Amino acid sequence: MMIDLMLAASSSHPEAELALHIDWLELLRWCLTVVFMGAGLFFVLAGTLGVLRLPDFYTRLHAAGMTDTLGAELILLALIVQSGFSQMSLKLLLVALFLLITSPTATHVIAHSAHKEGLEPILGPYKAPELDEAE
Amino acid sequence: MAISLGYIILASAFLLIVSMVMMLVRLIGGPSLYDRLLAVNSFGTKIVLFLCVFCFIIDRPDGVDIALLYALMNFIATIAVLKYFNYQALDVTLICETADEETSI
Repeated sequence: MMIDLMLAASSSHPEAELALHIDWLELLRWCLTVVFMGAGLFFVLAGTLGVLRLPDFYTRLHAAGMTDTLGAELILLALIVQSGFSQMSLKLLLVALFLLITSPTATHVIAHSAHKEGLEPILGPYKAPELDEAE
Repeated sequence: MAISLGYIILASAFLLIVSMVMMLVRLIGGPSLYDRLLAVNSFGTKIVLFLCVFCFIIDRPDGVDIALLYALMNFIATIAVLKYFNYQALDVTLICETADEETSI
């Protein structure tokens, strides 16, 4: 990619054959997009693998809830960085905001409802404390 | 450079589809109700992400509205199903414990 940029710079400015005109802002946007997208895909795939492989409901909830929030935010951030200041980036920002609010809330509600319903976690020799009924 | 970035976005869309298929396995074979609800919620989040990536690929910002609507509907559906399975009904009348106060809402 660097070679492409250098060739484009040298072809568009043939008089500057020794000075390398690299578009540093475009390069920074490319690197940020790749890093954010790769990290987001890693978190999403790790969360999905955790939901498939972990033994218990609460551990599955841990894997899905935590990694989905972070992975979704990172993927949307990569798209926002790549699309620049436009209508697309504003809408993606709104989607990211709603996901940031609703995803942990939904995870918490599912966990609270399962605990209230009496779904037992795998704890080995330990025991979970009773949920306070007065609240 | 634009071509390589297009390949990266396409690969991310493909990996999101792979992740959605893996989540469908948990959705079908989940032992309890809450596993299935968790899988549905996570599947909806992945659908929202895939819609955003797809609208970025075809370069139409109109479709992100559908993703936004899907995110809201996903959250409301999760809450509604949980409320139904907790109370066995969707219209639950709230009980006012402090009867002496004025409750004119």
